[in-house]
Amino acid sequence: MPEVFVTTSDQLPEGGRATVRAGKHEIGVIRAKGKLHAFLNLCPHQGGPVCAGLMIHKVEEIIAEDHTYQGMRFNEDVLHIVCPWHGWEFDIETGKCAGDGAVGLRRFTAVERDANVYVIV
Amino acid sequence: MHFRSSTPAYDMNIEGFHTGEHLANARAQADARGLDDVLVVDVDSHHYETDNLAEILEYIEDPALKQLAINTYAYKGATSVLVDQPGYQDGGGRVTRYMERKHEKIDLTGRPREVEQTLRWMDALSVDYACLFPTPMLFLGLHPQHEVEVGMARAYNRWLTDNVTPTCKRLKTMLYLPFNDPEATYRMVKEFGHKEGVIGFMVVSTRYKPVYDNAYMKTYALLEEMGLPLSFHASYHWNDQLVSLTNRFITAHAVGFTFFNAVHCANWVINGLPERFPKLKVIWIESGLAWVPWLMQRLDNDFRMRTSEAPSLKRLPSDYMREMYYTTQPMEMVNNMEALELTFKMINADTQLLYSSDYPHWDMDLPSTIWDLKFLSEQSKRNILGLNAKRIFNLDISDRFPAQAPAAGAMAPAK
Repeated sequence: MPEVFVTTSDQLPEGGRATVRAGKHEIGVIRAKGKLHAFLNLCPHQGGPVCAGLMIHKVEEIIAEDHTYQGMRFNEDVLHIVCPWHGWEFDIETGKCAGDGAVGLRRFTAVERDANVYVIV
Repeated sequence: MHFRSSTPAYDMNIEGFHTGEHLANARAQADARGLDDVLVVDVDSHHYETDNLAEILEYIEDPALKQLAINTYAYKGATSVLVDQPGYQDGGGRVTRYMERKHEKIDLTGRPREVEQTLRWMDALSVDYACLFPTPMLFLGLHPQHEVEVGMARAYNRWLTDNVTPTCKRLKTMLYLPFNDPEATYRMVKEFGHKEGVIGFMVVSTRYKPVYDNAYMKTYALLEEMGLPLSFHASYHWNDQLVSLTNRFITAHAVGFTFFNAVHCANWVINGLPERFPKLKVIWIESGLAWVPWLMQRLDNDFRMRTSEAPSLKRLPSDYMREMYYTTQPMEMVNNMEALELTFKMINADTQLLYSSDYPHWDMDLPSTIWDLKFLSEQSKRNILGLNAKRIFNLDISDRFPAQAPAAGAMAPAK
């Protein structure tokens, strides 16, 4: 399968992102949680440029043992990327929509070699 | 523009925001579907009048209110005269255009900045004509001083019809009515109904005035006589006694944006206003669609048991509701397409449904939300996206579709 050059490794630090066009696809490559993640830059909701969105940890409620609500916090084990058009959130590691696991982002494989980043299409 | 994330490692900076780039995927969608050859009328879109509030305040006619507003605005900003609400429409920076759009670089052309900004998103979405509404003023019906609603409504309407609508034929408006003052409401229709670009009038439904009040009858009669639609635009009121029971914006929005329109619509029907004003076109805006079958069923069921409480009705409540108009957004695109299809059937979508984007707000819908519906015929898609609006607003579309004669019926495709 063909590899498409995305950028050099030093241009993609933790939290960084780059997009590349491969044929009819625009693919976003993101370095997060120490790994590369590549997605079709198209939100399954209405087609927004999801890879341009904010990365933010999952919000969760703090529920005490007696079932009472104690507030909210970020879960730093789960990172989301958010479509900037409408706010749909996706797990950066699985690409699954946080609000509806039946839908998700189309994933690609990104590789790093000789200080360069490629995506396999 | 700096966006704070959950940790600094994921904070984000966006520089050089451009509406057209933000919506590049929308443009690609429109190209793929050939939407430039389809008439698209967006019946509900917005600008931020607060971007121009200093100019608008100069239009206030009451000298005492004007002096008060201008000086208070200088230190307090828009809430000097406008009502604000708690709320997080942008989801804490998740919907990025809220923070970015105000700083978008737009070359001056002699037309107001927001005309150019509006045209950028219209071109991206392939919208031919847009009905423009304000944004923070959607809470103004909650202002405790009715004279402030009247003063601001008149200032805004004068400013808009002086500076915005005359500069671009693609921009239309249904002007804000200061509904808390029935006499001022009537005068507004009388004075502004013939202004360029005015295609109707709009009541923000979030308020505590009943639509059946006798004080409004002469306004409804005037609108009917002038052939101008009356629309009810939803909003939310988190301090409303009922809605204040909700503790998240998602709930306040989901409930709040339907609740007031549902109450006004029920009052409209049960008081027999469709019988009193049979030619008045009434539009319900930005409540989505799922509430309509719910209300139809509730009213029909009760009406057959309590007919004497709605003696003006000659038909079932749902029959009247099926003759009203509804805008699409925010269309409930849940996983049950059968529910949506049934909703379209129940409201006679083919003739009564009007596409709306609500751009630039967070829950905006693109034209593809209609164009991609598999249960619709191509003619139905064209009707909903533009031809129904062309018919009820009597739009002259000849500047965008020269082959179309002005006001030439609704059913011919705009090719």
